[in-house]
Amino acid sequence: MAKVIGAVVVDAEVCKGCNLCVVSCPTQTLGLNRDVNSKGYHYSYMENPESCIGCSNCSSVCPDSCITVYRLKVE
Amino acid sequence: MSEIAERLKSIIRPENQVYKKSSVLNDVTMHYCPGCSHGVVHKLIADVIEELGIQDQTIGVSPVGCAVFAYNYIDIDWSEAAHGRAPAVATGIKRIMPEKTVFTYQGDGDLAAIGTAETMHAVNRGENIVMIFINNAIYGMTGGQMAPTTLLGQVTSTTPYGRNVDLNGYPLKITELIAQLPGAAYVTRQSVHTAGAVRKARKAIKKAFELSQKNIGTCFVEVVSTCNSGWKMTPVESNDWMVKQMFPLFPLGDLKDGGKEATEPFQMKG
Ligand SMILES: Cc1ncc(C[n+]2csc(CCOP(=O)(O)OP(=O)(O)O)c2C)c(N)n1
Ligand code: SF4
Ligand code: SF4
Ligand code: SF4
Ligand SMILES: [Mg+2]
Repeated sequence: MAKVIGAVVVDAEVCKGCNLCVVSCPTQTLGLNRDVNSKGYHYSYMENPESCIGCSNCSSVCPDSCITVYRLKVE
Repeated sequence: MSEIAERLKSIIRPENQVYKKSSVLNDVTMHYCPGCSHGVVHKLIADVIEELGIQDQTIGVSPVGCAVFAYNYIDIDWSEAAHGRAPAVATGIKRIMPEKTVFTYQGDGDLAAIGTAETMHAVNRGENIVMIFINNAIYGMTGGQMAPTTLLGQVTSTTPYGRNVDLNGYPLKITELIAQLPGAAYVTRQSVHTAGAVRKARKAIKKAFELSQKNIGTCFVEVVSTCNSGWKMTPVESNDWMVKQMFPLFPLGDLKDGGKEATEPFQMKG
């Protein structure tokens, strides 16, 4: 059966650490980083990169358009 | 290279890209508080303008309120109106340039308090504009004062004991009033708190922009929104509060769909 795998790239400098993407992710891929960006925000990142399915839930709810989503079908 | 890095490298390739920031959004960081609904709605408007290919034909009118700088973020032509006057400014622009797609972007203080007259009369005239109404039940920009849409019992800086009906009157459901007006073509209420809601809101905004090009009356899209700073909650708590407290009073869905009312030609005699 074909399986879908995905990945996101977060623009860490633009991210404001609002956490909306984290709670919108159905696969608990995302988390807020312990590190902060230059504005002091705990930016979002893939805490569990292997679970992403590229569904774009996170990028749709992000107010700052800082998430790019990739998705790939694998056999 | 580690296995995970290898895997990511195979996924993160241009041909696998399924979502990226709209090219109609400028490359600047928006001034909004973290988690503010304004940013999500800006993104949807930019997405729709890009999809419809109308970047050069669209003119926005920004409000007074937190969205006053909307013109810095969406890369189209803009005018900035005095507080509440966006529908009047948009009326003038659209009448002079009827081939353009013209929209206002307004908060609840702008659209439903100081600008109530402009709002009602623009829709009642059936102006061929789109109005995007961000209802966050508060004056965000000025520090969280009560708005007409503030809920009964809601604590704001001007209702420290909660909005009291005897003192402050009832929350104003202005979208329900708008839907009664014969000049309204399409009136809908949306929200942007989940991926599903965002999809629906995007569809509604797209429909409003498309209908407005047909010149069949005013298209009005309310977005029930959050102002986490004004409400003094986290963005995630704000979404939950909005669902629990705002949705019962401001239920989502279409209120009118079909174009402004047709009239019979008037005859003085007979
Ligand atoms: C004529 C005038 N009166 C009052 C103000 C102060 N003022 C600025 S923004 C605002 C209300 C903004 O609230 P809203 O429209 O709900 O926008 P939000 O910031 O919540 O998005 C007020 C009263 C003003 N700028 N001009
Ligand atoms: S694309 Fe979907 S699965 Fe991947 S991080 Fe975003 S919400 Fe989670
Ligand atoms: S939704 Fe956007 S701004 Fe908020 S934490 Fe996620 S990536 Fe950052
Ligand atoms: S004050 Fe409220 S409406 Fe204004 S940017 Fe902050 S969260 Fe958004
Ligand atoms: Mg407001």
